[in-house]
Amino acid sequence: MRLQPSRRRFIQGVMSIIALSAIPLQLLARSTKAFQATALDTVYKELFGDLPVEESADIMLEIPDIAENGAVVPVSVTTSIAGAEAIYVVIDMNPNPLSATFKLTPASPADISIRVKMGKSSMVRALVKTADKVYMTGKEVKVTIGGCGG
Amino acid sequence: MEARKVKMRGNINNTVAQIKVLIEHPMETGTRRDEAGDVIPAHFIQEVICQHNDQVVLSAEWGTSISKNPYFAFNINEAKSGDVVKVSWTDNLGETSAGDITLK
Repeated sequence: MRLQPSRRRFIQGVMSIIALSAIPLQLLARSTKAFQATALDTVYKELFGDLPVEESADIMLEIPDIAENGAVVPVSVTTSIAGAEAIYVVIDMNPNPLSATFKLTPASPADISIRVKMGKSSMVRALVKTADKVYMTGKEVKVTIGGCGG
Repeated sequence: MEARKVKMRGNINNTVAQIKVLIEHPMETGTRRDEAGDVIPAHFIQEVICQHNDQVVLSAEWGTSISKNPYFAFNINEAKSGDVVKVSWTDNLGETSAGDITLK
């Protein structure tokens, strides 16, 4: 019986160390698995778990219909979806479809532009995540000269 | 090695600042080969942090499919003249650099 309090304290100590060390790990966790994924399904699973991905007209994806140079394809994504937490750019036919993720804050409106590489003609998707939903819009882009190792 | 350059421009429209960033970086995918047929190792920016007066307003993670010498643009709400915007990045080899501008 005398051992009880100290064992409890020991367990509490261990638990608090585990809790403390888990917090920074979570904050720093890079979506490495999602970036290394080679299939769209795996990207979705790593990023969103089991959340369904819903098509939405409230995401504006600006990208040329025909990209003459796959090494530099300008992409712009804006959205009017309330509570947007993050924007993702996914290129289906690239060796690793996930291209970029942007974590938004209320101080930065959901409006980003970037240039990406495309290996060949592909569906390009812009996804927007809110607290409990994922929205997607996509566009087929034709590439005349590939941008990956070509 | 000298730090890679981060060039930035900012424009305020009403209270929203549009920030354009150009980073000098090879963004190697790790799948290309040199003339001798050897694979060129992957070397790409993984993380980008954008700060407005020391507050993080946007953070990004990139893969290998971002173009060489990446250009990107974003907006900041409630920006005013004299505010400082800073962009810093880290790549897969642990290299890092940053740039900043004071909004006019």
